[in-house]
Amino acid sequence: MASVTKTDNANHAASQPLTLKSQSLWREALGRLMRNRGAVTGLIIIILLILTAIFADFIAPYSYAKQSLLDANAVPQWIIKLFPSIKGYAVIKNNYPIGADSLGRDLFSRIVYGTRVSLAVAFIGPVISLFIGVIYGSISGFFGGRVDNIMMRIVDVLYAFPGLLFIILLMAFFRTTLAQPPEGTFAYYVGQLDSKFGGLLFIMIGIGLTGWETQARLTRGQVLSVREKEYIEAARTIGASNGRIMFRHILPNILGPLIVLETLSIPGYIYTEAFLSFIGLGVNPPTPSWGSMISAGSRALRAYPNQALFPALALALTMFAFNFLGDGLRDALEPRLRGTQE
Amino acid sequence: MAAYILRRIIYMFVVLLVVSGITFVLMHAVPGGPFDGEKKLPPEIEANKERYYHLNDPLYVQYLSYLSEVILPRLTTQAPTLLSNDDYLVTIKTGNYWFKWMNFGPTYASRSRTVNDIFRDQLPVSFQLGTFALLIAVAIGMPLGILSALNHNKWPDYLGMSVAIFGVSVPTIVLAPALVWIFGVSLKWLPPTGWGAKPPFILGLFPSKIGWDYFKYAILPAFVLGFGSSAVIARLTRASVLQVIREDYIRTARAKGLAERMVILRHALKNALIPVVTVLGPLFAALVTGTFITELVFGIPGLGKYFVVSISNRDYPVIMGTILLYAVFLVISNLAVDIIYGFLDPRIRFE
Repeated sequence: MASVTKTDNANHAASQPLTLKSQSLWREALGRLMRNRGAVTGLIIIILLILTAIFADFIAPYSYAKQSLLDANAVPQWIIKLFPSIKGYAVIKNNYPIGADSLGRDLFSRIVYGTRVSLAVAFIGPVISLFIGVIYGSISGFFGGRVDNIMMRIVDVLYAFPGLLFIILLMAFFRTTLAQPPEGTFAYYVGQLDSKFGGLLFIMIGIGLTGWETQARLTRGQVLSVREKEYIEAARTIGASNGRIMFRHILPNILGPLIVLETLSIPGYIYTEAFLSFIGLGVNPPTPSWGSMISAGSRALRAYPNQALFPALALALTMFAFNFLGDGLRDALEPRLRGTQE
Repeated sequence: MAAYILRRIIYMFVVLLVVSGITFVLMHAVPGGPFDGEKKLPPEIEANKERYYHLNDPLYVQYLSYLSEVILPRLTTQAPTLLSNDDYLVTIKTGNYWFKWMNFGPTYASRSRTVNDIFRDQLPVSFQLGTFALLIAVAIGMPLGILSALNHNKWPDYLGMSVAIFGVSVPTIVLAPALVWIFGVSLKWLPPTGWGAKPPFILGLFPSKIGWDYFKYAILPAFVLGFGSSAVIARLTRASVLQVIREDYIRTARAKGLAERMVILRHALKNALIPVVTVLGPLFAALVTGTFITELVFGIPGLGKYFVVSISNRDYPVIMGTILLYAVFLVISNLAVDIIYGFLDPRIRFE
């Protein structure tokens, strides 16, 4: 089978010599990505999620914060059919598509608004960690020698910290230091900004500040392998500055693996936010986060399983989408490693 | 080899020292103190408490005295007391002298309990749970990865990798409540919460009685913990096996007529395991020092809670103790991994 295709291609190439349009590396990668069914599914889900986050005001039938205590724990009819055990005591209100939580807030609306939190972490966390990690790693790899040695030992030490604890400690630090600063100072505005985002700013900073170490290691390794190449030497001989070599010649050539690593770590960032919200250190109520919804729901797991089920599904679906996209990107950007790299 | 291990151990101590220093600075940089409760204490009482715990000393004095309590062994004629600042992890009587070593300090949350008490009562539970979880992760992950690799791009591969992607995409905070609901609440096959072993523990780590009454508590949480990690191991194993079976020495092994089973078991797997062993080190450290969510959802009296609660309570000795404990487990398991490397791949030399 394989040999047949090969000869086919050979004939094809022979009959049409040199008419193949040369494609750029990134175009080719895009083509490969679009042929990967899992990755395309992931991408579609992510686009839908982005749209949900942007148009949450129009999609959500209720406000995420408004409580109507009379409707506390209300469930629609079809949930009763799904979980017959709750039939005896549940309040049936069909105007909530998947029910209301213990404060009478519409679950569906809260899940819709929760998309904003998860996606913000999914996109801004990687930007911070990519920024720090790439700069740190490139300096370390580019200068090498003693600088490299010291910088990498620092990363080693940071590795010995339990990551989540580091985030919790950093967040406790940021939150309490910036809680009541005098008006007009920089800290005051940062604090204001954070409370505008429902406490999300420090979560993203914390995630970014702890997530860069892997990125820095990868960047350093890549820079080390690229900087000995002939084209770098050529650039150096014609007198290019260090900065120019770094940004013009090295970075574009190592971007692929960096993007792949960052995409594959997005589910981890989303999970970190959900974890923090689950244990009550995440976004400030009433800003809805899937993590805090799962946490509240699992306290009523026996009585109202729907309250934990739907935010859990939303979280898992989002992580699926990013995992599939990350896998697809890896295959697309690193075709040599197809199927051989973790 | 001995010199290598010695150098690694010295390096380990340097890492631990730096970790303890950073943690100390960071936790004292966070505003607020251990005695700022909902109800404000009268200032005299707060001052008394701070004096009792030496919190009014300069920070560098506090740090140095903490280090000396933890690192330096001491030999005294004084018999151990029940005071919370006189609790050493290692206390041995030799003649008239008492050998005392490793005092991690009191916990501010209780007048009589110490960080060492937490290590004695909670660490074993987390250790047992983490060990089971690691065994489950390896038992699921490795065969899945190997089967996927050997049937590359056939249905076992797709099935295996779907399970793996499911494993990394369904986080603990989803899987744990779901399994509690299915097996604990609806089917009532397994107890939804609790742990089957109580102190005292054999050698300070292992349960004194093992039976169904013990394992029935461990099955669900260990599976929840292990499943997520098994996905990572499966993907890594698959990638590594795929890479190895294209090597020349595998072709050589086939060419000299070895049975396929021998080729895979003897030649491919041994080499493919190296990257897998690498992740087991940090994984082990993370699993045995307690995982907050699993222990919370399953009501397991483990260590995970203290990692989180100590920070919000500014319980300084507990913060230091738990983070150092994690770091110790991490550096030791990384050392173990490096030594195992040498057995798996004779080309790796210890210099």
